[in-house]
Formats: sequence, C-alpha cells, structure tokens
Amino acid sequence: MNLSMRWLKEFVPIDDMTPRAFAEAMTMSGSKVESWEIESEGIDNVVVAQVLSLEKHPNSDHLWICQMNVGSGQPVQIVTGAQNLKEGDYVPAALHNSTLPGGTKIKKGKLRGVESNGMLCSLGELGLTVHDFPNAIEDGIFVLGDDCDRTPGKNICEAIGLNDTKVEFEITSNRPDCFSVIGLAREAAATFGKPLQLHTPCVKAGNGDCSSMLDVKIETAELCRIYSARIVKNVRVKPSPRWMRERLRAMGVRPINNIVDITNYVMLEYGQPMHAFDLRFIEEGKIRVRRAQSGETITTLDGVERKLTPDQLVIADAKKPVAIAGVMGGEYSGIMDDTTTIVFESANFLGSSVRVTARDQGMRTDASARYEKGLDPNNCLPALQRACELVELMDAGDVMDGILIDDCYSKKQRRIPMDAAWINRFLDIDLTQEQMADILQKIGCVMDQGDIVIPSYRPDLEHKADIAEEIARFYGYNKVASTSIRGGAQGKYSERQIFDRAISETMLALGLDEIMTYSFISPKYYDKINLSENHPLRKSVTISNPLGEDTSIMRTIALPSMLETLSRNYNNRNAEAHLFELAKEYIPTQDDKLPIEKNKLIAGLYGEKIDFFALKGMVETLLDKLSVYEYDIEAVSDNESYHPGRCARLTIDGEELGILGEIHPLVTEQYGISSRIYSFTLDADVMFAHAQREKQYKPLPKFPAVTRDLALICDDSIPVLTLEKAMKKAAGSLLESIKLFDVYKGKQIQSGKKSVAFSITLRSADSTLTDEQAVTTVNRIMKALEALGAVLRS
Amino acid sequence: MKKQLEGIRDKAVRALSEAKLQQDIESLRVKFLGKKGELTSILKQMGKLSAEDRPVIGQMANDVRSFIESNIEKRVSELKSEETRRRLQEETLDVTLPGARRPIGSKHPLSIVLDEVKEIFVGMGFDIVDGPEVEYDYYNFEALNIPKDHPARDTQDTFYINDNILLRTQTSPVQIRVMEKQQPPIRVISPGRVYRSDAVDATHSPLFHQIEGLVVDKGVTFADLKGTLEIFVKRLYGEGSVVRFRPHHFPFTEPSAEVDVQCFSCHGEGCRLCKGEGWIEILGCGMVHPKVLQNCNIDPEVYSGFAFGMGLERMVMRRYNIDDLRLFYENDVRFLHQF
Repeated sequence: MNLSMRWLKEFVPIDDMTPRAFAEAMTMSGSKVESWEIESEGIDNVVVAQVLSLEKHPNSDHLWICQMNVGSGQPVQIVTGAQNLKEGDYVPAALHNSTLPGGTKIKKGKLRGVESNGMLCSLGELGLTVHDFPNAIEDGIFVLGDDCDRTPGKNICEAIGLNDTKVEFEITSNRPDCFSVIGLAREAAATFGKPLQLHTPCVKAGNGDCSSMLDVKIETAELCRIYSARIVKNVRVKPSPRWMRERLRAMGVRPINNIVDITNYVMLEYGQPMHAFDLRFIEEGKIRVRRAQSGETITTLDGVERKLTPDQLVIADAKKPVAIAGVMGGEYSGIMDDTTTIVFESANFLGSSVRVTARDQGMRTDASARYEKGLDPNNCLPALQRACELVELMDAGDVMDGILIDDCYSKKQRRIPMDAAWINRFLDIDLTQEQMADILQKIGCVMDQGDIVIPSYRPDLEHKADIAEEIARFYGYNKVASTSIRGGAQGKYSERQIFDRAISETMLALGLDEIMTYSFISPKYYDKINLSENHPLRKSVTISNPLGEDTSIMRTIALPSMLETLSRNYNNRNAEAHLFELAKEYIPTQDDKLPIEKNKLIAGLYGEKIDFFALKGMVETLLDKLSVYEYDIEAVSDNESYHPGRCARLTIDGEELGILGEIHPLVTEQYGISSRIYSFTLDADVMFAHAQREKQYKPLPKFPAVTRDLALICDDSIPVLTLEKAMKKAAGSLLESIKLFDVYKGKQIQSGKKSVAFSITLRSADSTLTDEQAVTTVNRIMKALEALGAVLRS
Repeated sequence: MKKQLEGIRDKAVRALSEAKLQQDIESLRVKFLGKKGELTSILKQMGKLSAEDRPVIGQMANDVRSFIESNIEKRVSELKSEETRRRLQEETLDVTLPGARRPIGSKHPLSIVLDEVKEIFVGMGFDIVDGPEVEYDYYNFEALNIPKDHPARDTQDTFYINDNILLRTQTSPVQIRVMEKQQPPIRVISPGRVYRSDAVDATHSPLFHQIEGLVVDKGVTFADLKGTLEIFVKRLYGEGSVVRFRPHHFPFTEPSAEVDVQCFSCHGEGCRLCKGEGWIEILGCGMVHPKVLQNCNIDPEVYSGFAFGMGLERMVMRRYNIDDLRLFYENDVRFLHQF
C-alpha cells in the first residue's frame, strides 16, 4: 500500500517530520514501512521558464533557438528540437548542471554551432506521463497549464506539484482498515499523539429526487450486508484537477477522468471500493444483489466473457448481471463519452465470497483485494457521500436527491470488558486503566461502563489479548521488560535424537558428506531406478497442485534423490562423491489418512577408492558403532536397482534392516554416470529398535589365547558366511573370534573350489587353555566344516 | 712386565680410536681382554715374579684392564651415537610435503546451524519434538485460527494432497500436536521441513526449514517471550547483537511481533545487506492466541504461552554469506566441503 504524505497530512498535523522518522515510528507501532520515495528526488536545478522568443536554427531544419526567462533577469539561450513551442509558453528548463530522473546530467554545450545553456523538458524527461497532465502532449515539450505555478525560475517540482513523498507500507491481513489514507492517518495520529482531523462529507444535491429511478434490493443477505447508491445526472466527463491527479499518482493509481478518478480517490481515502454504472444500461431501473444463475455469463470491463456459478455474487438489473460483486463491472457499466447519468455504488460484500469468486475467475482487482479482507459496512455511506461531494466540488455532474439503500446487517457494537490487571500481568507492564483507555481512545475505541466499545472498522479486536496488543504497540514493544521464564525445566535430547546424531557423526567420521534433497520427486524417477511397473513403491502420495512434474509426488524411496545428487556431482566433474542423507520416505496408507514417514539413512558413493567391500565395511562399522549386532546378510539378485551379483540384504529378527550393493549398470547409465555407483539404505527406525544401547563392561582377559589357523578347500558356491556360522555354532564357549584372512581361487586349486583360510582364537576366562582343550574344539569345528564339504588344505 | 703392560694399554687405546664398527670393538675386546687375550697371557706369567713385585704388577694389570674396559665402553657409546646420528640424517624428510589426510565428511551447513540452535534451546530447558510433514489441514490451518476462508491462506501457497491433507506450510502444526498430547508446562522447539509452492530461484524454494518454538505455562508473559528470544539471538549472533521487537500479525498469536536484529554490517545505518533498513528480520513470534489454546483444551484463563518461528535457510545464508538458496539442495561436494 502506497501512501501520499501530502494526503495524509490533510488528516494528521505532522508537517515537521522527515520520512525516515515517520517510517521508523510507524514501523514500530505496527504499520511496517517498506520504503519511501521523495518524488522530487533526482530532479535538480530544473525550473519554470518562459519562452521569450524563438528563431530557427541557421544550420538545422528542425532545431529552434529559444531565449528563455528563467527568473534570473538575464534571458538564457536554450536550443530545442521540439516543434510545439510558441512565444509566451511556460516550460520546464533543465539549466546548466542540472539532473533529471534516472541520473541524466545536463550541461551547457553547442548544438550545431549554437550555444545551448540547458534543455527544455518533456513530460517523460521528468518521469511523468500524459495521465498526470492530460493537457500536455507526449512527444514535445511539456507546456505548463494554468494549473501550475508559472513563476519563471520556480523549482519545477514545486511548480507542478511533483513534490510529494510516497511511503510504501506492508499491511497485514488483519488490518483491512489500513488499506486507506484515513486508516493509516488514524494509526499515525495514535503513533505521534496528534489529533485525527476527519472531515464529514457534505452533499448539496438538489437536482430532483432519484428514488423512483432505481430500485435496489439485496436478495442474498448472507453475502451482502449493505448496498447503497446515489445518482448523478448531467455528468461532465473531463480530466480531474491537478491536486487529485497528483494524489492518485502518488498512490500508484493512473488518473483517467473525473468520474473514474473519484471512485478511485474515494477507495484510496476511505478504503471502500466504489463503482459507477451508466444508468442507461440498467434495465427496468432495478438493481438486484443476487447469486448468479448457473449458465449465466458476463463480459467484464476487460473484455473477457466469463461463466458464472451460483456461488458467485453479482449485481444484476432486471435481466442480466451488470457486475461481479466486488470484483469487476460488466463491459457496459463503464463511463463512456456519451454517458449522462451515472449510479455510484458503495456496498459491502462478504470478504470470503469475494475472495473465492476472484480466485475462481482468476482476476484479483484492487476492489476484490480490499473486500476479501473484510470491510466495515459502516464505511459505505460516508464513502458514497464523499464521492458525491467530490462530484460537486469538481463540477463533474449534478447530484440528485435521495440515497438508494438496502441493508441487512447488525449494527450492534462489539464490547470487550476492560481488564487492566490481566493486561498488565500478561504483558508484564504497569499501566493504569486510564492510561490504557487513553491509548484505546486514540484508535477509535470508546470506554463505556467498564467495557471497551470496539469501532466497526476493527473487527480484528475480539478478545482481551487483542486489546493487549493494541496497548503494547502504542506503549512500545521495546519498553516492555525482558525476563526469563519462571520455573525450571530440563531440556534434553531424546534417545532417538541422540541415536540419529550418532548415525550422522559416524557417517561423517567414515568420510561421507551430508546432503539434503527435496522430498518430492517425479514419478519418472521410478523408471530411472528400474522399478518394475507394478512395484508397490510406485504408489505415492501425490500433490494435487504441484509446481511441475519433477516435484509432483512424495518419494517412497530415497534412492532417486541420492542418484540425482551423485549425477549432478558427476556432471560437475567432481572426481568422487561420498554422500549420505538422513532422508524421509513417505509411504501412503489410506486416502484420508496421513502417510507413514519412514526415516532412512541412505549413502551413495562413486570414485576410485570405493568398491563393494569398502561399502560393506562402512555398513559394518556403522552398525557396530550403533550397537546393532545380530543382523543377517544374504545375497539378493531380485532388486531391480542393484547389480544382481553385488547386492546384499540385511535383516534383523526377520525385519528388513536395509540393502547395500552396487547400483545396476543400467540405472547408472540412466543417470549419465560412467563410473560404478555404490549405495546402501538402512532403516533408521529399525536400527534404533534393535540397537543395544545399554553398555556393560567386560573384564579384560587374564589368560592367554590360543590361535589356530585353518586353511580349507571347499566348493566355491558356499558363502563364507555359511562356513563362519557353522564354525561358530560348533566351537562352543571357548571361541573368542574367527577371522577370515585369505580367499583364493586359481592355480593349484581345482576349478569350482576355493581355498579359504581362517584364524581362530580360543580363550578361557578362568584358566590357561591346555593343548587338549584346543584340539577338542578345533576337531569339533572341523567336523562341522566337513559336513559342509570343506576339508583341510594339504 | 710393567713395560709390556703399558705397551698393551697404549696399543689398545690406539686400536680402539681407529675402530669404526661395533664388531671391530668386540674383536679388540677379545684380543686384549679375552681368555686368550694379550693381557691374560701376561697375567699367566705372574707366577714368575717376585713376591714383592707380584702385588704391584697385579695392581697394575688390573688398572690396565679396567682402563681398557672403560675405553671400550666409551668407544662403543661414541660409535652408537654416531651411528644414530647418521641414521637420523638419512631419514630426514621434506616436512613441507602435504600430509596424508584421513577423509572426514562435511556436515551440511543447514545441519551445522540447526544443531547450534538446538543446543541453545536445549540449554534453555526446551525439548525437541517433531511432527509429520504431510499434515492435516486442521493442524496446519484450522486449529491455528486460520479457517478455510481466511485471507492468511492466500499468503501461504499450499501444496495440497486432497481437501484435508496437505504438505505443511509451517512447523506451527506441531504446536497443536504437542498441546493436544501434553498438559503444560510445555517448552519445546520443533525444527523441520516445510513446503510452499514457490518456484525455485536464488531466494525461493518450494521446500525449506523452519524452527518452531512453544512455551506454555501458568503466568507466561510477553516479557518472558522477549527475554527468551533475546537470549537466543545473543547466543546465536553474539552478545553484542541489538534486537528489536516490532508489532506484526500472525493468526495464531496475539500480540504478535517480528524480531529484527540490527544489521551486522552497517549497525543500523542502512546498507545493501539490510536493504537500507538498518535491521534484518530474523523471526516471528507472539503470545499464543487464546483460541489456539482453547482448540487444544488448554484453558486460556489459567495458562498463557508464547510461540516463535524462524526460517533456517535465511539464517545460514547470512552466516556464511551464501547468496543462492539452491546451493543447499544441489549438494555439490565443492560447496559441502567448505563447511
């Protein structure tokens, strides 16, 4: 919301204030100033000048040599190429060493041999348009009309009124009243402790009674609280006076003609949207505020034919809609050259209805933006009166007697009991009830028998907490003390949070970088990771209004996000990337229920130092560090995303713990990576459930260990883990550890066989082992191995 | 004999000083002091001496022996240290060559700052809770005093799953979930991902992180809100930070405020970093709206509280002078390794 300071000062006497001081104070009382702009800034040494004489340039067929009166006594010679000047004209002259908007510097110089001591300016060169000065021309020098101060030598900005300050406010959605000059004036008056000088519009009228000309009726009381109208005849459409044009300009609204400008002016001043109809096009003199009938259409002012639905409110005549209520008028409702009689409408429509209509019609207008936040129905009549007053002031037509009105809203005022003690406690301040009442009266509240009577333009004040805010912001947020919360509290990380942190820290220690990826992906990513067509993971939570396909579903699997990231790094020519993410996967349940959000740890790596066993080593180290012990590993060849011969599934107590392996070369290719990719995903929830976080100290061994190395020959197809499990099972209580130290295939070994060597450590907790004990254990182990077809290598 | 002994002594001293290796010394020891050594063979002739001379020569022989022995020891240790010196000399490295680094991963910058924020609040007695990202409309809006037709919904472009389920646009729904489950006193923060349908550019992302905070108890005041957040800001941005509270509006708090910290670069004068304002907005906060407490069956006449929320990405961007939000989610290792 832009605000003209000149306009504001009509209501609040704050003449002696810099824009910065104004902005600072308004911001701190709750009306946040985003920026301000002094209109004359950037224009320097440009003055009013009168053309004393002009003669043709001897060396040019289009240049003119002008002698100008710039108020200095001596005529100043300026050469111009404009063709619209005559002697006696008053024009803006940028003198030697002057500045124009955009930073253009003007200096004296010679134009085709003739000295020119400056430049005569067009509207555009001053940053204006023909809308600001309708009597001027676009392509020529701006000839000042009699609405400007035509004293030669006068600063041009002052002479033409280009000397306002525009302040841009951020208005919060609870304060629709502040979308108006008066609303901001009220805030300013309360902020600076100045009186608010409001003006009551006064309409003379006296041009015949209009009540028989138009019949106004609200047919949907739930969507329209008041509809009021007045009729103006003998409309004289012309440009508005300068003071109105410059105020509109400062507020960012383009002046059009007096009638349109009046509707905009009143909207800006009162915050109440206005509409002007041409009475000729209102059939049978009837105005009905009603829901659109299904199938009805209207062509709006912007020339678009729009289908209407019964949840949309329209202003209709006896036969057809003439406006979409609160949004936009119909094409025939506008003011035309031959318009003679107009109806000014000032009405209050339900905000939510206007909001939905504007949204569904895809057009947000200045009017709808104001309506949708909820306007004050009591503002309609004053605004209507103000519009008619301006018509009379500007001689834009003859206002007829009588106000056409239908209303159906409760005029009961909201009352909130004054509870000064509660407010003092709540804010931790110490004000008397009188001091609070004083603040509240400044914003328009009335104190009555211990109650605060809330003005109708402040529907946001509903509860004593709202009153507390009003008190606090005018008392000063920063004058309120800063205290600590009473009562002790112990903040702590939950076991799960500590566990998750341990996961992260271990991954970092293993040399992986943490990444963060979008939780939404494209459904095509499932194809990229080779997921079969009917794979259950394809069923995803789908966003109904996504930004694009790439971010349209919530991932059910974290792998594609990881692969995308690896691919991006690969394409950026990073030689290696070792990455992990604690990522969520979103598994749909039922349509009306929330999905399950699973917490996964995913790692993805490419680069020289990585192979399958480096990856597996990371998993083993991690699980060990997290105290997740009794898990199983088995080879799987049915996961489509992984290399069928280099993929393992981890389970624990029959629950899936995770998967690790080399990514399928076809998938890798999909991501444009010509290096092997390794990845694992572990279920953080399952890890947490099975982690043995309680630790118990075990005494260090007191007795020596006995080590035996076993070199075996067995079938190549037997997984080493099978041998190990069998050995462990057979060994009994003396076994401390089994370590694989060699696997060999090739020369000297029969094909289809392999040589496997283990180092077995035996130890007793309470005695030194005898040879006999060791032999017995090793024999048991050998027996179990022989059952698997493994024999000692001779 | 005396002369012989002196001869042996001098010969031994000379031989020792010429010896260059430890084994040379060992053979000298055998040669002079061994069972068949020169000194021993002289001592064997002791019997031939007179009774007077015998003790004198005996004494002298012993002196020569210990003299040679001590010279041997001396020479051995000389050679040892010389050898050590030579070996160390050979082992000299160019210590300016690069070290063999152990690879260690980089924490994501968002995590680094988030962990700091968590530490600060845990230290102030807050617990950390989380809630679902795919959330019911009720928790994200309705219960937070943002009914279906509320204009505030316009400012938060929401991704919907269906009429009742959406991607949370803020972490505030966790407030409701906590209050539904737990009676006061409540002191929690809730960091997490939130979603808004903003197209991706240098300053916008459809996914970003917020950190929500909630305190509810008997007698919690607006001054407590100020005090708590001032401490937080000072811990995070430094003790010298200047903080101001500025009135604002949120549907679920009343009074509401935005918290600005004085621009670190210009100290309030106005510069490019703070867009000329002198202040940088860092978080939103307010006293929990009585309607919100009621929605969670907490009696606003008995309890009061405050809530706050902040955007993590902006904080991290300011901390590290990062000018493009997209870098966080692109995860280029050259970016990650800088933290």
